[in-house]
Amino acid sequence: MKQIVVISGKGGTGKTVVTASFAALAEKKVMADCDVDAADLHLLLKPTIKERHIFKSGATAFIDKKICISCGKCRELCRFDAISRDFIVDTISCEGCAFCSFVCPEGAIKMRENTTGEWFISSTRFGPMVHAKLGIAEENSGKLVSLVRSKARELAQEENLDWVIIDGSPGIGCPVIASISGVDVALVVTEPTMSGLHDADRVIKVARHFNVPVKLLINKFDLNEEMSGEIENYAKKENVEIIGKVAFDEKVVRAMVEGKTIIEYTDNKTTQVIKEAWHALSR
Amino acid sequence: MKICITSQGNSLESQVDPRFGRCQYFIIVDTDTDEAVAVDNLNKDGLGGVGIQSGQFMAEKGVKAVLTGNVGPNAFQTLSAAGIDVITGVTGSVKDAVEKYKKGGFKPGAGASVDSHFGSRGGER
Amino acid sequence: MIISVASGKGGTGKTTVSTSLALSLEGKVQLLDSDVEEPNAHIFIKPEIKNVENVSILVPEVDESRCTFCSKCQEVCSYKAIAVLPSKNGAPGKTLIFPELCHACGACSYLCPEKCIKEVKRNIGILEEGARGNVEFIHGKLNIGEAMAPPLIRAVKGRIDREKTVIIDAPPGTSCPVIASIQGTDFCILVTEPTPFGLNDLILAVEVIKQMEIPFGVVINRSDLGDKKTEEYCQKENISILMKIPFKKEIARAYSKGTTIAEGFPEYKKEFKKLYHKIKEEAEK
Repeated sequence: MKQIVVISGKGGTGKTVVTASFAALAEKKVMADCDVDAADLHLLLKPTIKERHIFKSGATAFIDKKICISCGKCRELCRFDAISRDFIVDTISCEGCAFCSFVCPEGAIKMRENTTGEWFISSTRFGPMVHAKLGIAEENSGKLVSLVRSKARELAQEENLDWVIIDGSPGIGCPVIASISGVDVALVVTEPTMSGLHDADRVIKVARHFNVPVKLLINKFDLNEEMSGEIENYAKKENVEIIGKVAFDEKVVRAMVEGKTIIEYTDNKTTQVIKEAWHALSR
Repeated sequence: MKICITSQGNSLESQVDPRFGRCQYFIIVDTDTDEAVAVDNLNKDGLGGVGIQSGQFMAEKGVKAVLTGNVGPNAFQTLSAAGIDVITGVTGSVKDAVEKYKKGGFKPGAGASVDSHFGSRGGER
Repeated sequence: MIISVASGKGGTGKTTVSTSLALSLEGKVQLLDSDVEEPNAHIFIKPEIKNVENVSILVPEVDESRCTFCSKCQEVCSYKAIAVLPSKNGAPGKTLIFPELCHACGACSYLCPEKCIKEVKRNIGILEEGARGNVEFIHGKLNIGEAMAPPLIRAVKGRIDREKTVIIDAPPGTSCPVIASIQGTDFCILVTEPTPFGLNDLILAVEVIKQMEIPFGVVINRSDLGDKKTEEYCQKENISILMKIPFKKEIARAYSKGTTIAEGFPEYKKEFKKLYHKIKEEAEK
């Protein structure tokens, strides 16, 4: 069983469109949507939820006003400015460190466990899928990502599947690290823009920091061929294989509007390049 | 002397679990008396710092050597701070691993054998 | 006034809007790029960087000569960043610190009965400051392999000068770095594109902003690609659409080279000024 993650550094480069295409192309696979705070893969794969689970993580301080004597100790020590002048905890700022609960002389502060999201095991027309929804304004997305990945992996083991195909999250912080650590290969989808190159470079460095092999795909390469050339030079210098160059194609948006993967929607140059990329990745 | 083998099951016939922090069971064997105890790993579903906690648990149990597939950097740091030998790359049945250990067939590793989060991906490379 | 520019989905044009808005305004303007994981605004602003600083968080360091291995620090650490190995059979104990798990709350050092934990700096990234014309520019860059962005975002926001018009380019998504960025701002622009992905992520972002009780409006980028569902959603939810930017290959090409709309297509400056005035009206409602 092998794990492939599709990441981008910069958002909006076509990561999810590529992941969904791989879902359509790969045999014996499970999909994992690890872009838990802006999950989109379900819009193309239309999962039917089979199992629904609550994700609990971390805690938030709660001050019992009946006991609180407004001494100010908690406010003075909180490093996250999470306690207001009238001793109400700002649940968004609270990091759940519990420092306040330890120092309150009256024992007025209790820690309450957070329900920070939900995760699902679903079936799709392409096979099983594990995905999640982070609660509004919740943290710990990295932990939810780890959970989604371990459930997808368990499923692959149980059902004897060959691939875990992961839609990663943008950026280089905790959810990304959780998405890529230990995968067999990370595919970075980028676009021929200065930001695209800048962000791809950062995320490639993160992948290498965690010893993950990286390959590159340039999406909408014809929007600026000069910039695409620069990305190719960069890839050569950094020794990253480019496994595909996809041209700008309005059909991608049209397929999305119809809730289909581009592979199902049409058969053209775009799908040809994506198919070749999948072969290059899966060989 | 007590040694611990990470195991996928609760008997000596079980296979060695390649993960340290997130293994299913710890099997603690006294090499002098051959007495073996299987302990359910209560940390295995923890969200973070699992290797560290499992390392502390080993120290608490007075284990002198850990036999497993792989350990991450945090677990390795904890185990070595506790003066526990770490032997990685162990496969096969728990029983065979114990026998091989008794015959001096293993050498302790010099560092972590995998990156962080190895166990959370099921112990596969 | 402090305006944050956010989007549920990445790549919708957040940086395009924030940089063009900053370059279209007169008077004293501050542009803060708080997408410290993947900062991009500098590519478009091309500021002259005048000051670079390390940003660090405080992590514990134990003086083991005075430590009694009582485990208090381990007990109070909610992030499991401390492991105490008690003394055993005469051998001394050990207190291990795992700095990358530490959230720098300060509980361990304060609560240590022996007062033998001091806090030391651990670098998580850098903050750079510079300017371009009337626009003062500040951004943060998170170190590679570093998981925790919010402390660096707070450092970037620490440079806010309320005397100026402040524009914050936030990271995409809806999780902690986004919250840290838009918290305390007077108005939030949500940039979206009219595709199913764009709408799905816009709805998530709207839920977050509503919970934070920050006035907001929507800018629809590439407004002629995709479908009408985004506009229908905004009308139904009574969300004002502040601006629409049509898709033009020339705009996309200029963007790819690091040129903003405001500079590449100066006729748009007027539109961005209008956007600013609309925001002012909305914020004062």
